[in-house]
Amino acid sequence: MLLVLLASFIGSFGAVLLKAGAGRLHRNIATLIFNPHLAAGVALFLVSSYFFVLGVRHGELTVLYPLVSLGYVWTLLWSRLFFGEPFTRSKFYGLGMILSGIALLFAGR
Amino acid sequence: MPDPTAIAPPPSFRFSRGQSIALVFGCTIFGAGAQILIKTGAQSLSSAGVLAMLTNFHLLAGYSLYGCSTALLILALRDGELSILYPVISLTFVWVTMLSSLIFKEVLTPLKLVGILIIVIGVAVLGKGGKQ
Repeated sequence: MLLVLLASFIGSFGAVLLKAGAGRLHRNIATLIFNPHLAAGVALFLVSSYFFVLGVRHGELTVLYPLVSLGYVWTLLWSRLFFGEPFTRSKFYGLGMILSGIALLFAGR
Repeated sequence: MPDPTAIAPPPSFRFSRGQSIALVFGCTIFGAGAQILIKTGAQSLSSAGVLAMLTNFHLLAGYSLYGCSTALLILALRDGELSILYPVISLTFVWVTMLSSLIFKEVLTPLKLVGILIIVIGVAVLGKGGKQ
């Protein structure tokens, strides 16, 4: 369970780095290839999926899979912190529905 | 940590919010295709060796699709809000559930269908709401 939470946490930072790297993209292939933020973001996604696989090996998938989606909540926080994206009501409602939907999806297995 | 002043792309070409969401939409379809291919590849794997994995067509195709999916996400994130676009990736769950029932004959229970519906509505609320 802790491993899966860790995975969601790491994955959310991966998304932040992808966004940071994407902001540095121009019509120049070098800005894609020599982009440390993008590389680090993809690396964090890989690390995140490694911890996820470790975490779900011994656990109930119906509980663990929805836990990964907590990464969306972390990302909401980082988006405000690092990119100044506002908290809005529709973000909370939408996210709440997505999280409940995922929980139901895996409860229905 | 990311420098906010460097985030603004050149004004020459920018995706609107709708276009960014459409890009993530494509990203989820590629992502779901990748997961299905990787599952198919894993099932057909004769041994657990690295060579067997590297020469497995389904696995290779699956990982390539993951690459395409990530590329679309990066493109979308360039101009879009991370807090709106990232949760849209949850649509992958929807496609994977539907494709699994079609391809692997996994049972679509009523609970799963309700879950799918709520995710889709949640994504719509997220994408429609708020100001640009």
